Amino acid sequence: MKIVVCIKQVPDTTEVKLDPKTGTLIREGIPSIINPDDKAGIEAALRIKEETGANVTVLSMGPPQADAALREALAMGVDEAILLTDRAFGGADTWATSSTLAAALKKIPYDLVITGRQAIDGDTAQVGPQIAEHLGIPQVSYVSELHVKDGYVAARRDFEDRYHLIKVACPCLVTALAELNKPRYMSVGGIMDAYRDRQVTVWTLADIQDTVDPANLGLKGSPTKVKKSFTKAAKGSGEKFSVGADEAVTIIMEKLRGKNLI
Amino acid sequence: MDFQLSKEHEMLQKMYRDFTENEVKPFAEEVDEEEQFPVETVKKLARYGFLGIPFPKEYGGQGADHLAYAMAVEELSKACATTAVIVSAHTSLCASPIYMFGSEEQKQKYLPPLNRGEMLGAFGLTEPGAGTDAGGQQTMAVLVDDHYILNGTKFFITNAGYADVYIIIAMTDKSVGTRGCSAFIVEKDFPGFSVGKKEKKLGIKGSSTCELILEDCIVPKENLLGREGEGFKIAMRTLDGGRVGIAAQALGIGQGAVDETVKYVKERKQFNKRISQFQNTQFQLADMQTRVEASRLLVYRAACGEDCKQPFAHLAAMAKLYASETASDVTRRAVQLFGGYGYTREYPVERMMRDAKITEIYEGTSEVQRMVIAAWMKIN
Amino acid sequence: MSKDVYIFVEQRDSKIQKVSLELLGKGRELADKLGQRLVAVVLGMEPGTSYQKLIHDGADEVVYVEDPVLAEYMTEPYAKVLTAIIRERQPEILLFGATSVGRDLAPRVSARVHTGLTADCTSLVIDEESNHLLMTRPAFGGNIMATIACENHRPQMATVRPGVMGLPVKDENRTGDLTPMAMNFDKADQNMEILAVVRSVEKTVDIMEAGILVSGGRGVGGPEKFDVLRELASALGGEVASSRASVDAGWMERERQVGQTGKTVRPECYIACGISGAIQHVAGMESSDYIIAINKNESAPIFDTCDLGIVGDLHVIIPKLTQAVKKMKESQG
Repeated sequence: MKIVVCIKQVPDTTEVKLDPKTGTLIREGIPSIINPDDKAGIEAALRIKEETGANVTVLSMGPPQADAALREALAMGVDEAILLTDRAFGGADTWATSSTLAAALKKIPYDLVITGRQAIDGDTAQVGPQIAEHLGIPQVSYVSELHVKDGYVAARRDFEDRYHLIKVACPCLVTALAELNKPRYMSVGGIMDAYRDRQVTVWTLADIQDTVDPANLGLKGSPTKVKKSFTKAAKGSGEKFSVGADEAVTIIMEKLRGKNLI
Repeated sequence: MDFQLSKEHEMLQKMYRDFTENEVKPFAEEVDEEEQFPVETVKKLARYGFLGIPFPKEYGGQGADHLAYAMAVEELSKACATTAVIVSAHTSLCASPIYMFGSEEQKQKYLPPLNRGEMLGAFGLTEPGAGTDAGGQQTMAVLVDDHYILNGTKFFITNAGYADVYIIIAMTDKSVGTRGCSAFIVEKDFPGFSVGKKEKKLGIKGSSTCELILEDCIVPKENLLGREGEGFKIAMRTLDGGRVGIAAQALGIGQGAVDETVKYVKERKQFNKRISQFQNTQFQLADMQTRVEASRLLVYRAACGEDCKQPFAHLAAMAKLYASETASDVTRRAVQLFGGYGYTREYPVERMMRDAKITEIYEGTSEVQRMVIAAWMKIN
Repeated sequence: MSKDVYIFVEQRDSKIQKVSLELLGKGRELADKLGQRLVAVVLGMEPGTSYQKLIHDGADEVVYVEDPVLAEYMTEPYAKVLTAIIRERQPEILLFGATSVGRDLAPRVSARVHTGLTADCTSLVIDEESNHLLMTRPAFGGNIMATIACENHRPQMATVRPGVMGLPVKDENRTGDLTPMAMNFDKADQNMEILAVVRSVEKTVDIMEAGILVSGGRGVGGPEKFDVLRELASALGGEVASSRASVDAGWMERERQVGQTGKTVRPECYIACGISGAIQHVAGMESSDYIIAINKNESAPIFDTCDLGIVGDLHVIIPKLTQAVKKMKESQG
């Protein structure tokens, strides 16, 4: 069985802080990590590999420094790592990103594609399902349990108030939640091998020329565009009232109504 | 001279930190309070290769180097000095001498299980009457047919009771002083071998420190490590490597104390400001970090010296001397900066202060280190 | 030419989901701004359902498909129907709730029809000059807000965060069209098997998911005293959280602890009751959209990091507030 896990290198947005003086984000010194949902995808693939002998390839579209994320995946135990990198891919929204990744996937034999549900920087949760559409394969998202047997995927698909137990034939795509498992650490030997003996294969536009429509690449190929971005203001002292309980309640109710909270 | 870590070492450091934060730090307090050997943690360490870092793959090791090993001990020590010394004693004092002095059969037999953490290692040199005066060995080994019979007691042995393999130094020829010592690979199940009383200690309380009792202990001839008479040389060379490990432990303790203190002083308010805003706090911490940074350079330099197969005994001695005295100094100052809270067990700095002290003593006291350095300087 | 605002109305067990009503409210506003119609699309309700309520909530038309294949959500059948509607009617705007259904369905559909999709929007506004939809949403882990536009592709699609848009104003006199639609589903469309549907009996608490948190500190005074906070949280449809002090005192579970050694939360509203506002606590909630602090002590540091500060006794204020909220919700129906 061949599994391809799509991963993204992201800044650790849980570590990002607001500069109280300027109101902007402090981005320097923020470590880059493998997106947590994607890491769960790698772990899921490695467990299937341990159980069934599957072959696991990791694929990432990103700038050259995403090499470190792929090395980490190699150090965790995946069989191959491919970095899809090219200036032409830059500025892509989810349509362009998914088109590019799908073009690469068309050149890799796969039975199962695993993506993370959502990246902690873009926060869209769109790329996985869009890849599945480009490839014309079924998708199961919000997967909290995953098993593979005889060419079928058995998954638990979570909703807010219920879950489905799903059976779907391969090839298919699954999006993983970080809650799916506790990913393993890299091993010492794995890290040494990742840098010394093993390779990250690099693909550029030239390598997917025959499977991608250039109109779908990068900023120009993106239907959505960012018009502006801004930080939420740091909280300071707000309005303060020293009043009786009834009046306090009136004030609070007015505020809650105004904010559509009730 | 490149002071940058290579990409592999950076990634190793990242893994060590993640692992320590999630798998070691949460248990550090309990390990100390309960004086509990962290059995589950050791299994996890084994799984990720911590117990075979500097040895080649052909012997089941991780194929990394002594710098990687020192960094592992450093990172573990920031959270839990007990966990760190388990790794250090196992790697430097047991697997290492087998790797350096063992026959091919011995290496093939013992190194793979030790490196995979299927077996844990320890080292027995110290005796009730032979501490700094390590040459005053009383444990005897007599060759009878195809085996040796060992008699004697070893004292203050780290990992005792949990280890499967012990490197034991014993006298095969009393008439020639230290040139009459030999080294043996002793398995815990050899007849006549037992583990005695466990010590109650000031610090590294989770580390199992016990007496070893050899009562007509039968050790097969094949388990002589190196040649008869080489035992003392093996022990001294082993301790040189061990010193790098302990220096790394002291380094980690010191850095861990500084990190905890920086966190605390940014939160604690007195006189209407955070105590981090007082100049004394800042100056103290600046001194503490500088000394820790200096320790780091000595430790890494010694580890690299060992990797490059340069003479490194004096570097190891300097690293251990400086890092251990720094750890004691820094942890003491950390408790002072915490004030009353630092004296309670609610915060980790009192434990770090207690843990630091042993690094000035074991694997060669600071006085011994000074002897080594002075000898290297050829002052006499 | 594309026109009209379409809302995907989500149903589970033939119950319309609250977020869909919020979308109708917002959709009505957008449609009015554009001078266009609001169309609700409902899939999989039981035959015989009345769709009039959706008209009363603001829709000019309800397009519905009743087919057993659509009763329980599956990506491909739903995508097939929506794609057909898009291709036939060419909506200007198509909105989904950012639920586990919406965030599975919308990307699939957007890719099939090659248009742009913006996720988890908290604000939707028609641009004055261009008449494009401006979609604002959190990114970078919620640390920044981004405003997105889809200028050259239609429909402009978005998934919208539940609990942010207000509920629609009901008008029982509104009239509109009810348009049934049929779809043929073949085996290829039902490309997976639902072996079981398991409805949750009990939900585990995740304060990080809650839109409203009512949080208690040392000032609450005891485990039973948290009941008043629980009642307010329940009335508001939120969750109870706490500071470290309450957890350490054994009054609340650790899962509910907000702060540096607990969880970091960013709810739409954080009500801090009897919490002093130590830095370690504030670090865990300062990014909340709206912070209300109630504390007896006028100089409590919490008042330095809130939007609305009330100096008063939470034990008197909170029960009264709960009553007022319940009363208001009853009148809303």
